[in-house]
Amino acid sequence: MATRTFKVWRGDKDSGEFKEYTVEVQPGMVVLDGIHRIQAEHSSDLAVRWNCKAGKCGSCSMEINGKPRLGCMTRLNTFAPGETITVQPLKTFPLIKDLVTDVSWNFEQNKRIPPLKPRARDADGNYRMMQEDVDRVQEFRKCIECFLCQDVCHVLRDHKKHDHFVGPRFMIRLAQLEMHPLDTADRVPQMRKEFGSGWCNITRCCTEVCPEHIQITDNGIIPMKERVVDRYYDPIAWFMKKVFGGSKA
Amino acid sequence: MAGPEVSELQTFEHDVLVIGAGGAGLRAAIESSGRGMNTGLVCKSLLGKAHTVMAEGGMAAALGFTDARDNWKVHFRDTMRGGKFLNQWRMAELHAKEAPQRVRELEEWGAVFDRTDKGLIHQRNFGGHRYPRLAHVGDRTGLELIRTLQDHGVHQGISVHMECTVLDLLKDGDRVIGALGYWRETGRFVLFKAKAVVLCSGGVGKAWRVTSNSWEYTGDGLAMAYLAGAELMDLEFTQFHPTGMVWPPSVRGTLVTEGVRGDGGILKNSEGKRFMFGYIPERFAPETADTEDEANRWLKGDKEARRPPELLTRDVVARAITREVKEGRGSEHGGVYLDIASRLPAEQIKKKLPSMYHQFKELAEVDITAQPMEVGPTLHYHMGGIKVDHDTQMTTVPGLFAAGECAAGLHGANRLGGNSLSDLIVFGKRAGEFASEYANSNDAGKVNDEQVKAALRRATDFLNREEGPNPFVVQENLQAIMNDHVGIVREGAELSAGLEKLAEWKQEAEKAKAHSASQYNAGWHTALDLRNLAIASEGITRAALMREESRGAHTRVDFEGEREEWGKYNVFVWRGEDGEMKIEKRERPEPPKGLKEIGYAKIEDLESGKVGADVE
Repeated sequence: MATRTFKVWRGDKDSGEFKEYTVEVQPGMVVLDGIHRIQAEHSSDLAVRWNCKAGKCGSCSMEINGKPRLGCMTRLNTFAPGETITVQPLKTFPLIKDLVTDVSWNFEQNKRIPPLKPRARDADGNYRMMQEDVDRVQEFRKCIECFLCQDVCHVLRDHKKHDHFVGPRFMIRLAQLEMHPLDTADRVPQMRKEFGSGWCNITRCCTEVCPEHIQITDNGIIPMKERVVDRYYDPIAWFMKKVFGGSKA
Repeated sequence: MAGPEVSELQTFEHDVLVIGAGGAGLRAAIESSGRGMNTGLVCKSLLGKAHTVMAEGGMAAALGFTDARDNWKVHFRDTMRGGKFLNQWRMAELHAKEAPQRVRELEEWGAVFDRTDKGLIHQRNFGGHRYPRLAHVGDRTGLELIRTLQDHGVHQGISVHMECTVLDLLKDGDRVIGALGYWRETGRFVLFKAKAVVLCSGGVGKAWRVTSNSWEYTGDGLAMAYLAGAELMDLEFTQFHPTGMVWPPSVRGTLVTEGVRGDGGILKNSEGKRFMFGYIPERFAPETADTEDEANRWLKGDKEARRPPELLTRDVVARAITREVKEGRGSEHGGVYLDIASRLPAEQIKKKLPSMYHQFKELAEVDITAQPMEVGPTLHYHMGGIKVDHDTQMTTVPGLFAAGECAAGLHGANRLGGNSLSDLIVFGKRAGEFASEYANSNDAGKVNDEQVKAALRRATDFLNREEGPNPFVVQENLQAIMNDHVGIVREGAELSAGLEKLAEWKQEAEKAKAHSASQYNAGWHTALDLRNLAIASEGITRAALMREESRGAHTRVDFEGEREEWGKYNVFVWRGEDGEMKIEKRERPEPPKGLKEIGYAKIEDLESGKVGADVE
């Protein structure tokens, strides 16, 4: 039976170190399976978050050989045989224990964003929206809230601007609301002042790590930045649009 | 580690406490908060990660957008037939009637379903549903549901207590008046006082080795309700979804949506034969295609053609697959082949089933647009659960409500795909409504310190003892027992032997040792869940032994076929005063005449209005 060695970060906010564990592996195993074998065979108190184990819930976010990944979607056979796999917690959020970090800041951001404010229903009590008008919104709604984009965003990771910028995950939350055909609210002023759209300088790191392959930067953040620019840096065009028509979207 | 004094425990006071934050829990909390209740919502994981997120196919509601012939009566009839007439009639009625308005409400809260060419909600075909009925978003409808409720819910003033596990319900006399839990992060205990408590804790899939369920589904709600004196029912009905992944071993059991078959996917054995034509039950024969040609015409929208046999109810398809494999016609890794590649162009597969494409590509290195999938049955859902009042969702214990998978009654002996997500929003809403009503007319009760102390002692014992078995290994041992003895095909002697093994296993489970401290300690968390798994597993096994027939998801090789006599009974389980598990079969009440006529009507008589036209 083949074996694999993992170097796993163990510790809490005060202290910690990498520890090595070797476990037997079967074909098809993913990094999260390796972590579970370590729990069963070596260290039952190893802390890790996980749920669906199929890339649908976004719980098992971790940094694998330095890259933000989902543990359940990272197969062991993508690494060279004999290569030690290093697993550590997300760096952008405060550590709780081992591979588990305190991601509650993200849930606070969601609360700050004004929710959908739908227009009235059609006369027959239904809403009508054409598929081509919701394709883009549906792309953003694929988000599983793994927060890997938040982890890799240098505004948050390196510059710690958590008080200034909501991060890529919530930029696409804003984008899906702003592009929603039923929505009547206006979040552009807040996007500029409170949610910090200007902080993103489009390095596309978030798009690269998205396990759902959402075009976060090109389809979500850039159009939102454009709306802010149109409104605040081209006020005449904005005024004309407001007076002479042109849809919100 | 010594337990803290009760008076020193961190304490929250709510009017309504909801335990579990999947679709049902979130919907219940939104309702109760909307009715002015101070509402607490507790969940084992982070918000938005509950198993609802895994639901793929859609939510059933007779909106009639994709096929205007649909209405609540046909949905009701489909649900009863799928449940082999063991469902609670009134719940099936309420569900069929109220699902459409609950789905419309989700749109108002931001859900973006796939659209018809007229811009309305597109509805998908699914097993057991007469018409295309499932509102859906590709194959990630559960994510859409949970995120919609979450994003709406965080603005409703609900207090969300994340990564908090409830250990026990607390009682004052006969009434439930709160719960004791612990924070996973710190291991500290927390007391919730509430005038009403709603359980929305999901199922018990983790009792089996091959399951689509995650670590959370350890029967917590069933066990806590049982210990609080509530009755459980229909426990023998555990649904094996016919199509779970079978390869590689590490993902064995992961769900493959029924939507693959709804969109035209077919099942083949190792001889290349489309075998489901050989497994059409008598009851469904008049409405099922008997040639490949007819099945293909149906798929193209021919309203005269009948449905393909791959879309028979889940119990039928799961048994057929099991039989094919047992008789030597299985696939390489012990499943059968599910083929969509030869049925749809690659681009359409990627558009309609994006998450299946992704899942197989990444986890099994299989390209489903070019190759068949290997699939086999996986424990997926529990029809049985806590007995509730049809209308109010109150259990047999005052102040305690239940909704969603942990409650019993809507699905009878077998659940139709798509009826789960609609169950969550229909009965989650009702539970929130009636729990609020109860909270309005009752005061906060008094916590019994002795009960709290006993619960704290039990919890800390796992950490304090010198030695004992590894909780993960103990859990794996249970999964082996349930897989071997209480699987998809059951037999009396096997079940009895299983009960004996469960009794022995329970001793082992009570001795488990959790190492190190209580802070985010996965081993300790697993040890604490073992009691709940034990109670639920014992109840399921006893009920399976009692029901001497094969009906819906419960199959006994020693009692083949449905027995008319058994159609009159539901099996109930409760905790006796001596602390032992009691079980009995109870006669079902006679349904209202109108509902009965609709349930048993021929489809043409129902559609022509010959039957059921006078039922409102």
